[in-house]
Amino acid sequence: MSAETLATPDTAPVGHYAYDQVDRAFLHDRVEQFRDQVARRLSGALSEDEFKPLRLMNGLYLQLHAYMLRVAIPYGILDSRQMRELAHIARTYDRDYGHFTTRQNIQFNWIRLEDTPDILARLAAVDMHAIQTSGNCIRNVTCDQFAGAAVDELLDPRVHAEILRQWSTLHPEFSFLPRKFKIAISGSPHDRVAARFHDIGLVAKPGRHGTVFDVFVGGGMGRTPIVGVHLRDNLPEEDLLAYLEAMVRVYNEYGRRDNIYKARIKILVQALGAEAYREKVDAEFAAMDRARYRLPPETVAAIRARFGTPVLDAPSDAADRLAEARRADAAFDRWVRTNTHPHRAAGYISAVISLKPDGGIPGDATSAQLDTIADLAERFSFGEIRISHMQNVVLGHVRQDQLHALWRELGGAGLASANIGLIGDIIACPGLDYCSLANARSIPIAQKLSARFANPALQERIGDLQIKISGCINACGHHHAGHIGILGVDKKGEEFFQLTLGGSAGNDAAIGQILGPALPEDATVDAIAHLVDAYLVHRTEGERFLDTYRRLGAALFKDAVYALA
Amino acid sequence: MPLLENGRLVEDFWTTIGDDAPLPPTGPVIVPLERLEDGLARPAGEKLGVALPPDAEVAVLRAALPRLALVGVTFPTFRDGRAFSQARALREHLDFAGEIRVTGRPLPDQYEFLLRCGASTVQLPDGADPAVWARAHERFTTAYQPSVRDERAEGFGLRRFLA
Repeated sequence: MSAETLATPDTAPVGHYAYDQVDRAFLHDRVEQFRDQVARRLSGALSEDEFKPLRLMNGLYLQLHAYMLRVAIPYGILDSRQMRELAHIARTYDRDYGHFTTRQNIQFNWIRLEDTPDILARLAAVDMHAIQTSGNCIRNVTCDQFAGAAVDELLDPRVHAEILRQWSTLHPEFSFLPRKFKIAISGSPHDRVAARFHDIGLVAKPGRHGTVFDVFVGGGMGRTPIVGVHLRDNLPEEDLLAYLEAMVRVYNEYGRRDNIYKARIKILVQALGAEAYREKVDAEFAAMDRARYRLPPETVAAIRARFGTPVLDAPSDAADRLAEARRADAAFDRWVRTNTHPHRAAGYISAVISLKPDGGIPGDATSAQLDTIADLAERFSFGEIRISHMQNVVLGHVRQDQLHALWRELGGAGLASANIGLIGDIIACPGLDYCSLANARSIPIAQKLSARFANPALQERIGDLQIKISGCINACGHHHAGHIGILGVDKKGEEFFQLTLGGSAGNDAAIGQILGPALPEDATVDAIAHLVDAYLVHRTEGERFLDTYRRLGAALFKDAVYALA
Repeated sequence: MPLLENGRLVEDFWTTIGDDAPLPPTGPVIVPLERLEDGLARPAGEKLGVALPPDAEVAVLRAALPRLALVGVTFPTFRDGRAFSQARALREHLDFAGEIRVTGRPLPDQYEFLLRCGASTVQLPDGADPAVWARAHERFTTAYQPSVRDERAEGFGLRRFLA
């Protein structure tokens, strides 16, 4: 073992794993492999049929109008240097913007096939890639956007997310599963990763003898939304990989392969029953060579050592100075109320940069904005940037006395919308504007809703309300988990939208229920205004939309939308 | 059909027997799983292999395994990855030390995965270019997870040297 690989690098990026020469050589080999494959495709040596699985393994999709490249942002963390490279790619190879996804990745929607090897080489130069952002394999592991910062967190799950990233990278047994496979990990008892809506959801916590995990399995959205099954508690860290191997192996062996709509693990778990699935996993776990798959504490420590950690030393009056700035500036005060999250360290706070401007496209950012975010992260948050599954950006460790300065800079770049967690903080899939699967466009209705409720005072009065929009039944916009969900459907060639109410992705995970017949686009926007009005009339003090709906039931809201028609 | 072992073409000494073809009394043969009893009925010294369909559990071979010199696993399409788990279970759960032969329609890009799950040989699909397969084997020098080959650790963490 060389000294170089053992030592903590001085320049280790805060919040994510620092690559070394071995990791870089691996990425280089991967890029050269793809360059060879693209050359064979362009020369005609490979047919599109043969090439398709190869490009998909590198995150390259063919969409309605062009190729789309999905770049992995492991556990949603990147550094300023990497963000600047994404800006460069947006400027040079795309139409000057990128789109952050609900799985904490970024997509470029206007890519030329012949440019992709060079783009991947540029990404590799900053330790990034597009491996397993597509295909029937274990996808990017997603994580809490406030990991390592949140005051309510029990432990920072990013080291384990990195271990899972490495373990799943070109996994020999699990790269051709029945269907895609998504893992999320949280270290907080407050679920911000939708653990119960993933193929596997992990909640890390300190146990008596080190880290342990609560395990959920078989959750998901799509055509068959299912809240995940609680598989087991207190899985010891050293058994993490062995147990996941057992879980995924049972799926690989028994998951359906005859129908892609019934191939996710959730269908297997439902078909077998949770008990029978658990028995199979336990049998596999008992039979396997546990020594081979053991995750020893030294391995965890070696990977942890390659994470940079922020030196948190805010001046003692940081909180007072923030309070002062809030008193002096009402707009800033509102933004702090909506767009920040409490930090574990005194004098610090996490700031959420909304990518949901009034009338904008959820999750889109221009190359100039990406560069601005990179600069601001360097100035205010140790160069660490987080992408949330809500398609926003987080600066995790901001000094409270510097928050006002950060907010002013964000305002200048059009990045200071004060709407996090509010009705303007809409999740939307790319929809029929880009996606060949979609039945309807998601973006225009998101833009109309965001413009309709643009008034920040109104948004704050309405309070916590999540609207999630999917352009088709595949549910990439997570409409099932929206307090208000919107699903695009095709009615004889026309775009209609079906409303669902009562969904939630948190600890109180629930699947929204269909309210009534689907409506045309503008009528859907009006219907949501009626729903909000009904809620404002009937809510009790401090009650969220979701709670009012749960207390009063659907009838009232159904009348609000359909009685007038 | 050409047979690949460790990235090189090798001679194939085995005869694959179909569902209805007569079983030769001597010589190495691979029988379908349904004809395993017929195969086992041959003299104990005659080499026997069995072709496992993707939906079979490897445990069905447990009793017969000491008599088997070869187990075939297959890819109906490259997308059907069950053979990976079968190969690994044969090595890991049943301690099978004989030849694991891959048939069907795997991709060259799956070659390293197959080896790391315990496969020994690949019967190359029609039209396959052995050079592309050989390159696929040499492409990567690092892997990030344990495998049945128990590769040597590379530095720290989970990494392994691929031989």
